Amino acid sequence: MAMSLIGIVLGIAFFVITQAQTSGFEAFFIRTILGTNGAIKISDRFQDMDGTVSKVSKDGNFQFFFRSREEAQYTEGIRFPDEIRNALASYQDITGISEVLEGTAELAGSSRSFPVIFQGIRYHDHSQVSELNNQLIAGAIVDFAKDPMSILVGNRIAERLMLKIGDRIVMKGGTGTLQLRIAGVFETGVSQIDKKRIYIHLSTAREFKGERFAGSFFQVALDNPDKAPELAAQIQYHLGHRSVSWQEREKVWLDVFKALRISSAITVSSILLLSGLGIFNVFAIMVIEKTRDIAILRSMGFSRFDASAVFLWQGLIILFLGVLLGSFFGFLGTYFISEIPLRIRGIFSTDSFVVNWDVFHYLWAISLASVFVVIATWVPARRAGKIQPAKIIRETL
Amino acid sequence: MKHPPLLQAKNLKYSFNETGTSTNVLNDVSIELFPGEITSIVGPSGCGKSTLLYLLGLLDRPDSGEISLNEKDVLKCDDKKRTILRNHKLGFVFQFHFLIKELSVLDNVALPMRKAGKSKTAAYEKARDVLGKLGLLDKSNRFPHKLSGGEQQRVAIARAIINSPSLILADEPTGNLDTENSKKVHSVLSKLAIEENISVLIVTHNLELAQSCDRVIKMRDGRIIE
Repeated sequence: MAMSLIGIVLGIAFFVITQAQTSGFEAFFIRTILGTNGAIKISDRFQDMDGTVSKVSKDGNFQFFFRSREEAQYTEGIRFPDEIRNALASYQDITGISEVLEGTAELAGSSRSFPVIFQGIRYHDHSQVSELNNQLIAGAIVDFAKDPMSILVGNRIAERLMLKIGDRIVMKGGTGTLQLRIAGVFETGVSQIDKKRIYIHLSTAREFKGERFAGSFFQVALDNPDKAPELAAQIQYHLGHRSVSWQEREKVWLDVFKALRISSAITVSSILLLSGLGIFNVFAIMVIEKTRDIAILRSMGFSRFDASAVFLWQGLIILFLGVLLGSFFGFLGTYFISEIPLRIRGIFSTDSFVVNWDVFHYLWAISLASVFVVIATWVPARRAGKIQPAKIIRETL
Repeated sequence: MKHPPLLQAKNLKYSFNETGTSTNVLNDVSIELFPGEITSIVGPSGCGKSTLLYLLGLLDRPDSGEISLNEKDVLKCDDKKRTILRNHKLGFVFQFHFLIKELSVLDNVALPMRKAGKSKTAAYEKARDVLGKLGLLDKSNRFPHKLSGGEQQRVAIARAIINSPSLILADEPTGNLDTENSKKVHSVLSKLAIEENISVLIVTHNLELAQSCDRVIKMRDGRIIE
């Protein structure tokens, strides 16, 4: 019985720890994504779309439409950004709107040049839809905000071109060249961004690209990022601009994390299952060994429920102790793991193990353990209650 | 004037079903038991003595017939009520003592009273009283395997009477005992019947024991013949 209890404790603890780890990395990835590219990206405008099917109900209250994206034609970029901004501002769930003008250029350092993707932003707006301020690893965001001819560069670009804060750099492309001052270096942890992206002022970007009034896309932040898909669909329908939620953008990685979470849950659940089988084994043997005693107790006036209750109580005690100790060790294990140093760069940046503290991990573990222990206890308990005293005593004699 | 019967059984029938074959064990058996009376049932092996005892003790149900305890039809009661009746009104003594080996003598004897809802203190006090009457008080804290056969059987009797039952059902209570201990056990049961006005029904092969009882019932082939 002690081994079964240990199994329950370990099963719950490992379940909590593995879920904290896998969902921790996932949550960190999502935070990074939202902190760099926002919850929804609104970009190109749809033109006439072939293959559109639209039906309206007789009372006019319901409308169904189906559009085939394969036939869609786009007009690149945002032509009337002010109108789009005003329309977006009417959505209650949107907490930040940033207009971005994106383009390609070449940064020329002292000895070499490097192709980059620039994003022209208004810092005040963009700070509400990203974690740019927290991503700075050198320089001051204030310096960038007050100088239209300043630039923020990704840390990999800075390393490649050996750039320091205050250095001057030439950006080539568009309508000509611009000389910009390095105001800050950022690191998102996403290598594709850190080695390609730079931020400049929107006005500077427009001048550089020769597009005085246009933008490439809008990046928005939401009160509840989980609502991004449905909101993106609404925005796309109402504004006629392509709207992509972060869930759609990062579907591949999210599916990977989900698969990881589920597979680790299944693996660890097997520990709980085995412990439940252990309990069943012990109780089943106990019922067989105690059949005669149970029959005698029944002859003395103990009821069927009394016979079952012995095993039910034992099972409950094991479950209670298992949940208590398992949750405690799960908490402790999660804490210790979060202190383990682990350097990751690529899809996000971290220097230690990332864990997610979530009460639902404990609830799931406890629920699973409860199901297995209850079944393992109930079956032999029921059998004990069904013992026929006369038959057993007769057979014993 | 004779007291009314404590237990009345009428036209009891019982059969076993094994591997599709039905075997009649009891055929139209009727019996009455009176308070303060020791009744023995004798008969060859397989004649249905023990089966009759288990039916009267509400450990099993007949296929048909009636059983009344204190003029109440107990066969109409559900399992829960019959269990309570076994605890309050009946006591069993078997050929083997069937004491719980993990419990001391005192704990074994007190068990039925604890089940009846009495406090631990009250149950232990009554248990000591009963053990004292049976000459076993000094064995209270021992475990069953430390007792002799006769002592074990007397502890089983103590357990059977602790709730002051109206009827004790004993199935071959001396079957595993030597002559001396058999006499001791019979003496205890007789004393209980007289002093506590308990009805005692003994199933036995021991003719000497049977003939020392107030009444002898003979059975053969599932029927009472005498």
